[in-house]
Amino acid sequence: MAEKVMVKGTEAIGEAAIRAGCRLYFGYPITPQSELTEYMSRRMPQVDGVFLQAESEVAAVNMLYGAASTGHRVMTSTSSPGYSLMQEGVSYIAGAELPVVFVNVVRGGPGLGDIQPAQSDYFQATKGGGHGDYRLVVYGPESLQEAVELTAKAFDVADKYRNPALILADGMLGQMMEPVEFPEFRDLNTLPDHSSWAMQGAKGREPHKITSFDINEYVLEQMNLRYQEKYKKIIENEQMWEEYKTEDADVIIVAYGTMGRIAKTIVNMAREKGVKAGLFRPITLWPYPYDALAKLADQAKLFFTVEMSMGQMVEDVKLAVNGKKPVEFYGRTGGVVPTPNEVLAKLMELI
Amino acid sequence: MSYKIKFKGPEALSGKEFTYCPGCHHGIVHRLVAEVIDELGIREKTLMVAPVGCSVFAYEFFDVDGTVAPHGRAPAVATGMKRAMPENVVFTYQGDGDLAAIGTAEILHAANRGEKITTIFINNAIYGMTGGQMAPTTLLGMKTTTSPYGRSAENEGYPIHMAELLSNLPGVAYLARTKVNKPQDVIKTKKMIKKAFLAQIEGKGFGMVEVLSTCPTNWGIPPVEANKWLEENMVPEYPLGVYVDKVGDEK
Ligand SMILES: Cc1ncc(C[n+]2csc(CCOP(=O)(O)OP(=O)(O)O)c2C)c(N)n1
Ligand code: SF4
Repeated sequence: MAEKVMVKGTEAIGEAAIRAGCRLYFGYPITPQSELTEYMSRRMPQVDGVFLQAESEVAAVNMLYGAASTGHRVMTSTSSPGYSLMQEGVSYIAGAELPVVFVNVVRGGPGLGDIQPAQSDYFQATKGGGHGDYRLVVYGPESLQEAVELTAKAFDVADKYRNPALILADGMLGQMMEPVEFPEFRDLNTLPDHSSWAMQGAKGREPHKITSFDINEYVLEQMNLRYQEKYKKIIENEQMWEEYKTEDADVIIVAYGTMGRIAKTIVNMAREKGVKAGLFRPITLWPYPYDALAKLADQAKLFFTVEMSMGQMVEDVKLAVNGKKPVEFYGRTGGVVPTPNEVLAKLMELI
Repeated sequence: MSYKIKFKGPEALSGKEFTYCPGCHHGIVHRLVAEVIDELGIREKTLMVAPVGCSVFAYEFFDVDGTVAPHGRAPAVATGMKRAMPENVVFTYQGDGDLAAIGTAEILHAANRGEKITTIFINNAIYGMTGGQMAPTTLLGMKTTTSPYGRSAENEGYPIHMAELLSNLPGVAYLARTKVNKPQDVIKTKKMIKKAFLAQIEGKGFGMVEVLSTCPTNWGIPPVEANKWLEENMVPEYPLGVYVDKVGDEK
């Protein structure tokens, strides 16, 4: 078994990507994820990979588009304002059905905001952000170990469906240090073969054309319907979540990522006070595990969504609970991380 | 009886009918690029990046692997491709709205990195696709649908000279400005395009050919007059010639 090593969050994700077979990275510095860009600049040459610091996030995402269209595993990372700039490219990449992995280490917004951890990019990450009917597979890890595993998964899922995937982390996860067990290096020869569609030169075959576009609205509609079929399969097969002490819970706290991790402490504190609390932690934020959460609506009396935002995921929780039980919300924003005590106090008020 | 084919279209063209207006120079330049690809024997390893604009369909007209970049981003897309596939030949085909307005940063930085890609730049002083709006290359006094009183220096600034701008960057290995409104220009332009590809193939750096072109439709004048208008108005503003040549003479 591999040994556990102490690493920083951003570097853990970078190393996980390299081990998953990513050999091209394009990015642009922005706090709190610049260490990931720096890490890739050190590591890529060591594995015969490509590191290029783009002139902007707009350029970075388009370099990703070009590199991904050749069938290689590619990644970029950024933080909120940078991910906003990438949205044009995200939409094109989704339309062109290119397997690409994005990392957004979210910081406080809107606008320039600050450099503290936040979860206020949830809408942008899970509901679009770019134009058109498209979807990204979105993962919200709670720890570095999970981030490492989800990064590898993100590459596989992106390849499997020819669809971009996004690791939605936050500044806390990016900056913390934790022991991590890395998977072995993927043998590049075992990566999925993309030669049936990738742009590698039309030697002895018909040329491959990759676009997100058709000028004929009926053809474009057909393309969109094809994307939707794919999204349906992703919804069926790729939902991930964790339940913690939900078996007998009256109150279900719903939280993801760093907030999900903090929420475990809150569940334990509440139980010490005699409140039967449990945690539902979505791991895929799209596809959202609506059905699993809906099941708990038969049993629990109250849902309590906690976020490092003014309430974005709470809308998905309400969709799942579908009016059966009350859904309450508590959140801090602007980069403020709620403490277990303040969340617990709010919970005690509610019951 | 047997026939000998004496003349046929370049293999690097797919044979799909061009969508360009009569008298538009896009078609001529496509043909030249395809002939160069044929002559260099690189069709099977060429990757093309088409732009947003009238030549958005260029990826269909060429019989090579191709994609369409977001408006202006072709040099970044081409960079990603070339870095992933250094043995392949990558070229972008871009209009002036694409390259000199929304995509100025991308072309400047790709050129400055000495990215080993080739760019064919069509300067027709106007936005064709969207119906004749002002481009950064629109001449002073020239009327367009968004400069109905004529472009003025005070309001819209001066026509932008991309060849001159980029020629200052050390990453550029070949750069020329040309036109195709006369047969002798067509022959010259083809040589330039070949050199812009050789700059890439020989690993010397970034290559670009700026082609002054007509847009009879949006200039609102017939093709023959458009060729004359180009000669009389565009050529004085945009000096022709080879700005950078690190390729050297063909053996
Ligand atoms: C982000 C974005 N903005 C604007 C447009 C609309 N648009 C399409 S083509 C074009 C102008 C193209 O002009 P040019 O590059 O000069 O090419 P031409 O059509 O003249 O060949 C514009 C503004 C777009 N497709 N995408
Ligand atoms: S609108 Fe102008 S640039 Fe476009 S195809 Fe017609 S003539 Fe050519």
